[in-house]
Order: sequence, then C-alpha cells, then structure tokens
Amino acid sequence: MAAGTEIAIVGGGLVGAAIGLGLVRGGASVALYDEGDVAHRAARGNLGNVWVQGKGLASPPYAELTRRAALAWRDFAAELTDETGIDLRFRQDGAFFCCFTPEELDKRAGQLEAAEARSQIPSGYSRARLADMRADFPMIGSGVAGATFCRLDGMVDPLRLLRALLAAFQKRGGRYLPRARVETIAPEAGGFRILSASGASHADRLVLAAGLGNARLAPQLGLEAPVRPVRGQILITEKLRPFMPRGISFIRQTADGGLICGESSEEAGFEEATTRNVLQDTARRATTVFPFLRDVRAVRAWGALRVMSPDGQPIYQRSASHPQAFLTSVHSGVTLAPFHAGPLADAIRAGALPDDIALPFSPARFHVQATRAA
Amino acid sequence: MFKQLAQPDRPLVGIVLSGRAVSAPEGEMLAAVLLREGFGPFRTTPVGGRERAAYCMMGVCFDCLVTIDGRPNRQACQERVRAGISVEAQQGAALLPVGGSKA
Repeated sequence: MAAGTEIAIVGGGLVGAAIGLGLVRGGASVALYDEGDVAHRAARGNLGNVWVQGKGLASPPYAELTRRAALAWRDFAAELTDETGIDLRFRQDGAFFCCFTPEELDKRAGQLEAAEARSQIPSGYSRARLADMRADFPMIGSGVAGATFCRLDGMVDPLRLLRALLAAFQKRGGRYLPRARVETIAPEAGGFRILSASGASHADRLVLAAGLGNARLAPQLGLEAPVRPVRGQILITEKLRPFMPRGISFIRQTADGGLICGESSEEAGFEEATTRNVLQDTARRATTVFPFLRDVRAVRAWGALRVMSPDGQPIYQRSASHPQAFLTSVHSGVTLAPFHAGPLADAIRAGALPDDIALPFSPARFHVQATRAA
Repeated sequence: MFKQLAQPDRPLVGIVLSGRAVSAPEGEMLAAVLLREGFGPFRTTPVGGRERAAYCMMGVCFDCLVTIDGRPNRQACQERVRAGISVEAQQGAALLPVGGSKA
C-alpha cells in the first residue's frame, strides 16, 4: 500500500467498524462513514451471540471461517478491552440449541455430527439430553426434548462491542464520520469521489460495509450485493439474578440480568415493527424452555433487519472493474468480527483478497451460470 | 411525610408491609399507601445495590418495584390494595424461579 493511501469505509456498524479497526491497526489512514440513527442498524438490534453451531452446514468454507473467528474471539475481546477499557461482557462457555421434539433433535444432531466430521476445526460439539441440561439449568422445562451443544458458542454485548470498536478505531487515528450518509460514489482519477451528507471527498480505496445499503451502492462500482432484509424480533424481560452458566441459542442473559429472547426470521421487507404473533411465539418457546418465565415480565420488544444473502453466507468481493473497491455483506457481524478486523482488513490493506476468501465468498456464486454449472 | 387529604369512602382492609400489619383503603394505589406508611426503600438496584423508592407514580420508571406475596418485581404504582397482601422490598434482581416447580 502506497504511503498516504486514503481508505474510505461506508458503513459504521459492527462490520465497518471492525474492518476500520483492523486497517488502522495496520497503519492505514481510514475514514468511516456512518449514516446516522435513521439507518437500519442491524448492529444495534441483534441478540449478541458468538455463534458456530449450524453455520455452514452446506458450505465447508463458511463453517471453517466461522470456527476460526470463534476461536480468535477470546484474544480479540481481551485486546479490545485492553485498548479501550470497555468490558465487552464476552463469555465463551458453550451454548445449547434446544429442540422440542425427539425428531427435531435427531435431525439436527445428525446434521451437526456430519458437519463436525467434515470440519478440520473441532467445535466441541455434543448432543445433550434433557437430563444433561439439568446440570446447568435445574429449572429447565420438561417440554424440551434435548439440545445440541457447542463449546465454541459464546456471547457478547453487541452495543459494547460496537462502542469499543469505534473507540479503538478513533484512538488509533481513524476518522469516524457520523451523520454522513453516502449518496453516490463516482470513480475518478486515482480512486473515488464520495458524495455524502457531510460533503464531497476523495478516497484511494473503498470498502462497502453498509449492510442493506450495499444493495444500492454496489452497482456504482462493479460490485454486487444481492442482499435482502430478514427481520428478527426480540423480547426483553425484567432483570433477574444471573442463572445461566451457559447460553441457550435464543435466550441470552445480559450481565445486568435482563433476558434477550428472540429467534424469528421473517420476510417483511424494510418493516422493522414487532408483531403480536411472533412475540407470542417467542414467549411461548422461552417459557417452554424455562417455565418460571411465565411469572417474569417482558419490558421491551423490537424488530431489526438482518442483512441476508440468497444462501445466508457472507459475500466478500473485490471489484473487477474497479480493483480498489471492496465489498462486505454479512449477517454475522458479531461472530465474524475477529476475522473482519484481522485477515480481511489485512487483505484489503494489501490490496487484494486471497483465494480462500475471494473464491468461496464471491457473489459470482449467485449467477445463473454458476448455478447451472453446479 | 404524606397524608390522606380526605377520608376514603372505601372499606379499610388489612395488609402486611415487611411484617408490619397496617390497614388501607381497598383498591387504593399500593405505592401511595407505601409512601404514606413510610415504607422504604422500595427496592435496591440490581447492579449497584442503590436504594430506590416510588418516583414517577405512573408506571414508567420502575423504581417502585416490590415483592407482593412472594412475586417479585411488581410495580407498586400499578398495583391496588387487596385484603391480606404481604409486601416486601425488592432486593436487587429477582431470584427465580418463584414457587419452585410450577412447570
């Protein structure tokens, strides 16, 4: 990378902030454009799982990417806390995914066992009976058939993570530009002309990490972001004394005691509202796992939009027509944060994506020709 | 500190505040009775252990949380006096499950 190269990142969520931090750690000069509170902000609506089990069942590269990121999380969190003084409330003591019928458990366990056998990186997978789960959760409901367990699964406070990423980024000289929605990006001599709500400026290199906004910006640069919103709804309870020594996929107890419950996945366009039927279903599943939650009050609920690709896997791309332009579209901004701040940022700083990132995660896999060939 | 402005036209019933028997008009807002009776603190905060009492009196601030008949985290400003209820301060976050195996 030439000295004085200016890199612009579009998108100040978990993905953009992690890449930005990785770039400034490597000595790059970086400007991070963040839209503002009108943005959809998947980074601020999610549950906060560092999640491995079930990811990449049909895609070994995605499974390995996820496992490597999860393995890197503990050091990543420690370093970020050292640098910022912000406790991320990171824990990685494994988590259960509850199944409610023996058939569901058998099917899921079969899929995860196959994935575990295929993978080069053990995830600490095991199948748990209800009796096994009682050791951690004496109060678990008898409506749970059993669970799949993964030692690598963990949790973090996503708001603290975002705050820490932005703090570390700025501490190392990164320029964070809030209220700077990017309207157009025009290629010009030696880079790009970025027109944003905070004015016009030049960048030598560009990274799109704008979540759902990538769909609008990517075509201007010969990039592709066939992403759509997939809504998730979250239900928050009043604070309870800590009682969860390990995670449950869709129930996370925050360090302050409240439970964050939610696992819905809905095609609702850009509608972020909550709906009664989904929240009822969330509450029903949560009280099936922990019947005592019937006496616990829900105090808040919200909807948020995931950034989903057609196959649910990340898209990483370097533009063929504008080789200084890169794109990142993922819905796992929490789990993959160590990868984004590490190997991905290093590759972008070097100016090219290595084959093990570029090939499996190219959007070319969505082309009709690719589908036919496969 | 607080007093009733007028004699209520509702029947008085007995309730128990931290083991102390008092009488109060049936159906009155519980938080008002607790303030009048000098009950406090209503709760301590889950993280810092700070003492709190009823503040907004309209269901918003959650500082009036108490335990009623063993059920934790009840908003006293959203509860009415019923004959025989027993009220305790809410100490930090609720310890659950309440009442053991109700599953």
